[in-house]
Parts: sequence; C-alpha cells; structure tokens
Amino acid sequence: MTAQEQTMKADASLKMKLLRQMLLIRRFEEKSAEMYTKEKIRGFLHLYIGEEAVATGVTAALSPDDNVLATYREHGQALARGVDPGAIMAEMYGKQEGCSLGRGGSMHLFDAKTKFYGGNAIVAGHLPMAVGMALADKKMKRNQVTCCFFGDGAAAEGEFHEAMNLAALWQVPVLFVCENNLYAMGTALKYSHAVTDLEKKAPGYGIASATVDGMDVLAVLDAAHKAVDTIRTTGKPYFLVCQTYRFRAHSMFDAELYRDKNEVDEWKERDPVTRLEEQLTAEVALSADDVLKMKKEVEQEVDRSVDFAEKGTWEPVDQISRYVYK
Amino acid sequence: MTRLTYREALKQGLREALQSSDKVFLLGEDVGRYGGSFAVSKGLLQEFGPDRIMDVPLSESGFTGAGIGAALGGMRPIVEIMTVNFSLLAMDQIVNNAATLLHMSGGQLNVPLVIRMSCGIGRQLAAQHSHSWEPLFAHIPGLKVVSAGTHEDARKMIMAALLDPNPVILFEYTAMMNLEADMEDPLPAVDLSKAKLRKSGKDLSLITYGSGVYKCLHAAGELAKEGMEVEVLDLRSLRPIDTEAIVASVRKTHRALMVDDAWQSVSISSEVSARIMENCFYELDAPVQRLNGLEVPMPYPKHLEDAAIVQPSQIVNKVRQMLG
Amino acid sequence: MIPYQMPSLGADMESGFLREWKVKPGDTVKRGDIIAEVETQKGIIDIEVFDDGIIGELLIKVDDKVPVGTLMTHILTKDEAAAGIKPEKLTVQQAATAVSPPPVQRHIKASPLARKIAEEKGIDLASVKGTGPDGAITREDVERTTQKTVPAERSVSENVRMAVAAAMSKSNREIPHYYLDTTVDMTKSLTWMAEANKKLPLQERLLPVVLILKAAALACREVPDLNAWWENGPVKKDHVNIGFVVSLRSGGLMVPSINDADQKSLAQLMVALNDVIPRARAMKLKSSELVQTTLTVTSLGEGAVESVYGVIYPPQVAILGFGGIHEAPWAENGMLDVRKVMTITLAADHRATDGQTGNRFLLAINKNLQQPEKL
Repeated sequence: MTAQEQTMKADASLKMKLLRQMLLIRRFEEKSAEMYTKEKIRGFLHLYIGEEAVATGVTAALSPDDNVLATYREHGQALARGVDPGAIMAEMYGKQEGCSLGRGGSMHLFDAKTKFYGGNAIVAGHLPMAVGMALADKKMKRNQVTCCFFGDGAAAEGEFHEAMNLAALWQVPVLFVCENNLYAMGTALKYSHAVTDLEKKAPGYGIASATVDGMDVLAVLDAAHKAVDTIRTTGKPYFLVCQTYRFRAHSMFDAELYRDKNEVDEWKERDPVTRLEEQLTAEVALSADDVLKMKKEVEQEVDRSVDFAEKGTWEPVDQISRYVYK
Repeated sequence: MTRLTYREALKQGLREALQSSDKVFLLGEDVGRYGGSFAVSKGLLQEFGPDRIMDVPLSESGFTGAGIGAALGGMRPIVEIMTVNFSLLAMDQIVNNAATLLHMSGGQLNVPLVIRMSCGIGRQLAAQHSHSWEPLFAHIPGLKVVSAGTHEDARKMIMAALLDPNPVILFEYTAMMNLEADMEDPLPAVDLSKAKLRKSGKDLSLITYGSGVYKCLHAAGELAKEGMEVEVLDLRSLRPIDTEAIVASVRKTHRALMVDDAWQSVSISSEVSARIMENCFYELDAPVQRLNGLEVPMPYPKHLEDAAIVQPSQIVNKVRQMLG
Repeated sequence: MIPYQMPSLGADMESGFLREWKVKPGDTVKRGDIIAEVETQKGIIDIEVFDDGIIGELLIKVDDKVPVGTLMTHILTKDEAAAGIKPEKLTVQQAATAVSPPPVQRHIKASPLARKIAEEKGIDLASVKGTGPDGAITREDVERTTQKTVPAERSVSENVRMAVAAAMSKSNREIPHYYLDTTVDMTKSLTWMAEANKKLPLQERLLPVVLILKAAALACREVPDLNAWWENGPVKKDHVNIGFVVSLRSGGLMVPSINDADQKSLAQLMVALNDVIPRARAMKLKSSELVQTTLTVTSLGEGAVESVYGVIYPPQVAILGFGGIHEAPWAENGMLDVRKVMTITLAADHRATDGQTGNRFLLAINKNLQQPEKL
C-alpha cells in the first residue's frame, strides 16, 4: 500500500466513524421524539437534528482530558463525547440509572467520567464557568482545553461578553463554540444582533475567531482541529462560529410560527448526514450495503438504550434531599 | 489576648486560608492593587502574588461563574463580591449554578466555593449601597450562608467555609471594620453549622446575627443594670438555621425578640419566628417580637438612616416592654 | 366493626385520661369485660365493652386525655380481625371532631406557657389576674396562683372532691328540692334480723342497712315516680338501681350502684355491698356501677345523728337519707314506750314530683320495714 493509499484508508475510516456518530445522534433524537410522544420523556425536550455535524466535528478534535460544557440542546454533544446512550435515555426517563441519576432530565446531562459538564439550561450561564475551568487548568498547569458550546442567543447575553473578556484577560485555554442555528428560540438572528457576523465579536476582546459551515462535518472537524491546536499552542481562548440549522422545532411544543417551511426545506437540502453519506458512497469507500448495515447497528444501539431506560428504576422518594449538600 | 479590628481579623482569616493550600486564591474587584475596597486584603498581593490575589473586571456574573468553574476544576477559589449590593449581578451564577450543580448532576459535581460579601448599612450610602440581603441567599437550598457578627467569626469563618465542600456565602459587615475587640490567641476553629450563645440569661432571648450581635450585647448590658438577664443568641449560620439552639434558648427564657437590620417581611426573623411557633409554642410566655429595618429604600440623611435601622435603645425599650 | 369510644360516665364528664389498656389488639372480649382504666374527675374507673368480639387497633395511647366520644378502638368480628381491617382515619377524625368540646376560656388572654402550666395544675385561668402585655396571663401569674391556693399536683381524692363539688353545685343550682321526713319504729325489723342472723354463718350475717335498701327498692316499685331521671322532663326507669353513698376515708364520696336492688334477696344485697364498698373506696368501680343509678340512698349508720337531708345527684330526682338508729320515747295506742327508731328523710325534685308523691313513698318504706319477713 502506498502512503497515499494509507492516508486515504485512514481518512475513510475516520469518515466512517463520523458518519456513524452522526447517524447515532440522528436516530437517538428521532427515538427521543417518539418516546416524548409516548410520555416516557417529559419536561422540555430540545432536539439536535440538523446540527449533528457541529457536535460530531468539534468533539472529534478534542482529547479525553478536555472539558466539555454544553447547553440544554446537548444530547448530540453528550453522545459524541462518549456518554453511554442508555444512560442518556435513562436520564430522560428520569430513572436513577441515568447519567445524572435521573435528577436532571434532558436539559441536564452530566457525566464526570467523560468530563461532560452539562446540560446547562440558563442561556450563557455556563460560559463564565467554562472560563473558570480553563483558569483552573492553567493554574494547575494541565495542558487541557475547555470546550464550551452555546447558541447564537447566548452571544447576546452579558455573560457571553464577560466570559470572553475574562478569558482573553486571563489568557485561558477555552474554545468557545457558537452553534449559530439562526434562531434564539423563535427570534431570528437579525432581530437579536446588530452585527450578525458573530465571529466579529471576538476581535474586540482580542480573541482569534473563525466561521465554518456547520452542515459539513469535515469542515467543522478541520476548523476545530485548527482552533484546538491554536489554543494548545498559545494557551489563549478561541471563538469558533458554526453556521448550522435545526430541522425540528425549538422544543416539542413549538408551532414554528417564526420561520418559513421553505427555509427549513432549503436547509434540509444540506443535511449533514446525507452529505457525508453521499460523499463516502461517491468515493466508493462505502457500499449501499455498508450504509444499511451501519444504520442497522445504530438502530440496535438506540433500541438498547430504550430497553435500558425501560428497565431502569425510580429513585426512592426518601432520597430526595440527597445531594443538596455534600 | 490580642486586640484587633474587625478588618484585621478578616485579613488574618484570609491569610490563614491562603496559606493553607496553593489551590486557594482570592478573586474580586480591587482586591489586589487597591488593597480591597475596605482594605481587608491590603498587602496580600505583595505577600501572595498576582496569581493568588486576582483583580477582576467589573463582571460579577463572569468572575463568580469563573470561581464556580475553577472550583469544579479542582481549585479552592474565594470570590469577593465587593458588596452585597452588586451580588444580584451574580445571582444567576450563585443560584442556578453553584447551588444546583451537585443535585442536578446526581451528586457528581460539588462546588467548593467561598463567596465573601460585605454588607453595609450605617455609612450614609443611600438606597443602592445599603442592603441587608442575607435572607435572599438563605432562601436557596444548596447554599450555606453564614454571617460574621463578631471578630471571632471574622477571623475564623473563612477557613471553616473553605473546608466545606459546598458553596458558602460569607457575609461581612462594613460598618464594623474599624471596631476593635479582644480575642483569644490562638482562636479555636468555628463550627459553621451552629449558632452561638454570646451571652447567657434567663429572662428573654435576643436572637440575632451579623450587625445585630454587638447591638444586642450592648442592649443586654444596659438591661443587666436594671436587673434583666437577657440572653443573646448569634445565629451565625443563616442556612441551615440552628433550630435546636433557638428552641433551647426559648425553652429557657420563654420570651424571644429577633433583631436584625434586614427588611422584616420574609426575613430571617420571619423564619426564626415560625420555627419557634412550630417547635416550642407552648414554651412561650409572651408573643414573639421582632425588630427589623424599616421597609423603605435606605434614605441618605444620617437621621433618617438611623431611623431606618435597629438601634440598641430600641432593643432596650422593647425588652422592657416585653418583660413588663 | 363496632366503634368503641371514650364513654360518658356522667353528665359532667367531658374527657378522660386513659391510664391503662387491659387488652391488646386481637384479644377476644365478651360483653362486660373490662378493657381499660380511665381516670376522670371521679377517680380511676374501669370501663367495659358492650359487645362480644375481637379488639382492634388501640387508637389512644396511655396517658392521653381525650374528649368523651373519641374513638378508642373497634370491636371486630372474627372475619374482620382475620382480614386485618384497620379503622379508617376518617372515622377517628369524625369521632374526634364530633365530640370535641368547644375550646374553653378562649376569651382569656394568656400565654401558651401559662395555659400549659394552668392545664397541668388544674388552675382555672379565669381566676388568674394577668400582668403581662395587654393584661395577658403569664407563667408568673399562674405560678403565683399555684403557690397561694393549689398544691402542685391535684391528687385523686382532690379530684373526687372537685367532682362532688361540681355535681352538688349543679344540683343546688338547677333542682328545686322539697323535703319530707318521718321517723319509723325499727323494732320489728331489728328483731326479725336478729333471729335470721342466728341461723347464718358469721360472714353472711345481715346488717340493718340491707333491710333499709330493700325497703327503699321495693318502695320504688310502688311509687315509680321517684325512681326516675330528669331529662328535659321526668323519665321513669325500668330498673331499680340504688346508689349507695360510700364516704372515702380521704374525703369525698363515691356512689356505687346496686343494680336491680328490688330483685335481689337480702343475702344477695349483703354480698353486693361487701363487694362494692371496698372497691368504691379503692376507686375501682365499673362504669355501669356509676352511671345507671336511679335513686340514691345515704345512710349514716349507727351512732350517727338523727337525720340527714340529702342533695339530689342529677339527673336523679330523689335522694333518701337514713339517720342513725337510736332509742327514743315512742307513743303508740296511748302508751309511751322506748323503741329503736330511725328518721328517714326524702329530698325530691319538685319539677318531677310533689309532696304527696313523696309522702306515699315514705309511707311505703315504713310499711316495708314493718314487714321484714317480706323483704
């Protein structure tokens, strides 16, 4: 095998991995919606369908030692980070086998093992925490990156600006990943921001920034690698904006009055999962059978997560006050 | 015995905390180069360096959140919010993050963070800089809230708070900074969860905390001259509240008067009163009474400010009235 | 499932302290069995069940003070017991609320502590002057009263005294008494009794008091108007249950009832008295021996004063008083003699009867005492 062939093979293997990851997120989210309608999952449920490339691409650029903080639309990041799908589903069921013992639900997935720090449901509330975690790493001289996902809505919050300033001031290794899906709940970007090119907010704080097509997982991966490498080299924060779109409503109870169906359909043309699938098939690295087989495996994995959640148990009520204080 | 100002006691407490571990650092507005808004941390920057004594921009939510993150990351930060008046800007971080993470993560993530705030009334600072917001924080499960009403606690509470694995809000009192008192040397460690009897008596319980402690002790001294033996119970911990100590005191004296400068409605005094009713109603020989700050935004002129907060003479009069 | 409630052992009983359970859940009981001891103002009283069955869950704790009518337990059938039936909480609450007396002395301003101490020491807060804020009664005020007038803990005998006081006050307040007396010649009765006693073993010998009781009981049959209760009107009673006043050595009275005294022989009455008097003195009476009395008899016995005018025990309508038997000059058929005589008094409720009825009643007793062989 030539060096070129070896690279192509490694490349294909990586792409297969990314595809499988995105398929898992997609299928898991579809199943979550189903389980919500069956009243197995309650509360708020925010689905990630359409945005899979962002979590998948960025997370693939991180090392297991890095910290990840995310928002209330975080199932994708949790899955990509390696949190067990069964533990996530059980969490959404409210079972004590869930990754947060069932106490958090869909919006509060936590998993200390994989350094996944939520599941933070106050918009932008976790940005200062991310800076603090990076500060701790800097003080303790750990060469780690803290990766903080948030949406375009968060970029309008004061905490975004305070966090950006502090991160730059203290020069701490934090990767701010803005998933710009164009809507802060139902308010379009143009009604939220005077400057809609969000990456332009970073230079004012002295932070390097970039924008990437968030519907293209390979592009996201490249951009993330570049960002993480920069952070590891300089120890400074970095701001990466991923242009993406959620195909489904904001949450399960949303009539989507604020956007046009045609707009949604146009974005669906750019479906990141189909895109990579087609790319791989075109490169002949993947046969239709292979794709089918992969989908079947993913399907089985999602079914197993539901089985696990179904078999889960309820935490006894008398333990309700556990974990108010340590 | 050593004679110290309240400020010096706080500084010694901070120094002890900083010396206890390299993971401990202080971050807050003007804590370093300025020396602390009330000169509490004056000289500590020179002593411990800028990595341990961190000046921060005016971003209360940002640096409080950073403190939470650093605590999650294994450090032991002490966040100073210059005064309680600015704490609302950090309320989201304190209430939605610090107080909830342990529970929300099913016990995986605790936040060993100390947040110091100075509470200030009595320096003619008017409506936006004279708040007594201990009750706001004492309302929140997941937080521990303590109040340093004496020099002893000013000196020892920081270290005790630092040793606690939970987020602890520590209230200090601006008006007491220059007050001198004798203190044992060395002082024993304090137990954050317990109230403390500052003076024993049999006729009536003055239940107080923070800026009320010395006022009550002063009033008790006056009353002693008239033959009234009044007990002074310093709650110290406002969350959790030491119900046992309250009940023990009321069982002994059968009369209770709460004293604190916070607005009366939905206050610590409301809570203490309710606990007395729930736990020792049949020990009461007189209705529970309260002396609180008047429910007005703090006025600027001195005479109106004095009228808005509890004065020792009011305590004396109220006790006389209650004891017939 | 039959509810068993704190019984009312007297019109003036509002509540009782449960002092002892004599049964436990699952015990089989018969009608009349003693299941508990209850302390009332009148002392400790055994209370009995009125149904056969199996004791259910005990709902009242020892030393609890509960109002009359409070559910104490249930009497279950075998099937119910086997099924482990538990009383519904609702029943308990209903029973408790239905009979809760209205809060007393609500208008009196007193501290909770003062109220507690007053209740413990049995002090009427109405009698205490308050010196606290707004004139409220404080602990000190109650304690001052305690030191002056009331010993720390009221003893059983003091409770009895209080009960007598309450009943007699009520009687004097509400009942318009009329009084009649007559002196009877006891010679025939005493002679007959002396003869009878010769044939009896020592422990079964009769005392004059049983003759008196029987004579009175039979008179109740002849003049039933006086064997009655006043309950918003006169209510004649079917049974003749004679209450016999027993004075306690420590002061106060107990009035055990000799039920169906008219049906009992003299010997049976003697046995009954021998049983009930010591129990009365020990304050160990059954509830049925206290609450069913239809007429009270007070007999001073030998060597006592000549006559006793009673105060009616409500809701009864009459009380008979028998003075001491003594010798007195006795005129009969124009001749003067010395006889053993006894003065009988009647105090009766003028709402229920008139003097003429009382007259017939006393004459009937006299007639009965003159025919001792018929007793």
